Amino acid sequence: MHLDLRTVSITPLRQTFDSIAERIGSDKPASRYQEATLDVQPDANFHYRPLWDPEHELYDVSRTAIKMQDWYAFKDPRQFYYGTYTLARARMQETAEGDFDFVETRSLATSYPTTAKDLALQVLLPLRHVEWGANMNNTSMCAYGYGAAITQACLFNAMDHLGMAQYLTRTGLLLDEPAALDAAKQTWLTDPKWQGLRRYVEDTFVLKDWFELFIAQNLVLNGLLYPLVYQHFDQALSVQAGPVVSMLTRFQSEWYAETSKWVNATLKIAAGESTDNQQLLSGWMKTYRDRAITALAPIAALALADKANAVMTELLEEFNTRALKFGLTP
Amino acid sequence: MSNVFIIFQTNEDTRNIVEAILQDNDAATVNEQPAMVRIDSPGNLTIKRASIEDKMGRDFDLQELHVNLISLSGNINETDDEFSLSWKH
Repeated sequence: MHLDLRTVSITPLRQTFDSIAERIGSDKPASRYQEATLDVQPDANFHYRPLWDPEHELYDVSRTAIKMQDWYAFKDPRQFYYGTYTLARARMQETAEGDFDFVETRSLATSYPTTAKDLALQVLLPLRHVEWGANMNNTSMCAYGYGAAITQACLFNAMDHLGMAQYLTRTGLLLDEPAALDAAKQTWLTDPKWQGLRRYVEDTFVLKDWFELFIAQNLVLNGLLYPLVYQHFDQALSVQAGPVVSMLTRFQSEWYAETSKWVNATLKIAAGESTDNQQLLSGWMKTYRDRAITALAPIAALALADKANAVMTELLEEFNTRALKFGLTP
Repeated sequence: MSNVFIIFQTNEDTRNIVEAILQDNDAATVNEQPAMVRIDSPGNLTIKRASIEDKMGRDFDLQELHVNLISLSGNINETDDEFSLSWKH
């Protein structure tokens, strides 16, 4: 018997869904990210306005003063949709679990010098409440925002903050007793050093404009707090007592580096859309930047003692350079 | 001038790689075959890490190319940032 093998090339009739092809052209296949993102949010056939807010549609572009021709312009450079997001976080979590295990099995926490431990707990533990605030705020951006391109990333961001609050909690439990968490809550509620930051966080809870909230939380507060705590304070602790705490906060510093890419890209797109947007964003950025600098000053002093002023000046400069890069006027 | 070529399996990863290569090499032509994609280029072909990272949205190590690589021709010059094929050596 004679068998003849030949290759048959089958070209697909369609490369992707019609709605996606309308945006990217029908001649090339769409990425999973595009298929899971573009035009995913419903925008038609809502019969009634929500009872809790009859001024707006359920999904309404006018919930922010920022105007966009196309709300799906906010492409996430990390290309996170549910699948890639969970995979990326699972990888980071695996590393973090390994680090916690390492510290625990070698009893590094018990041999960690007491002064450094106390300082670490004083600075890190009240931040659980800041993380929870960031979770609330990003959930709010997701709820009131427009377009799945930005709202899905906000929700991922919200979950990240919840996760980081849990890592801070575990750091506390590893270095100290559960009572340390209660003490940190009291510090958050009553200690004058933390009231500025608490006011900042609680004031952002009531912001109605979700893009203003994005600036206040994701650009300004994270943009100053994370480098302060997870770079400068972390470095100071390592010099003083070795890298145990750096291992326990590794998730946060890696997360910040990754998420900044998304925040930068988002703001570059929003500011590049029109001068009106650029001015609005710059105005918000300046207002919250000045507030955040004041709110963080006592925390910096607590964490870095006499180096605090120099570090805060450096952070402010870095922040302004970063804002310039995506077209805001610092 | 002789051609150099590189052939990858067709999948989610290599689509970004191929796009990046075509963007960086004007003279390159793409030849889609069942389950594989072949890129020919007269004289030389450069694969840049930065362009791939841009398309993929994550950090990329050029060594990851080999996971999906089927075949190539040309003299290879590899650095951390670029992988290039030519007939120079």
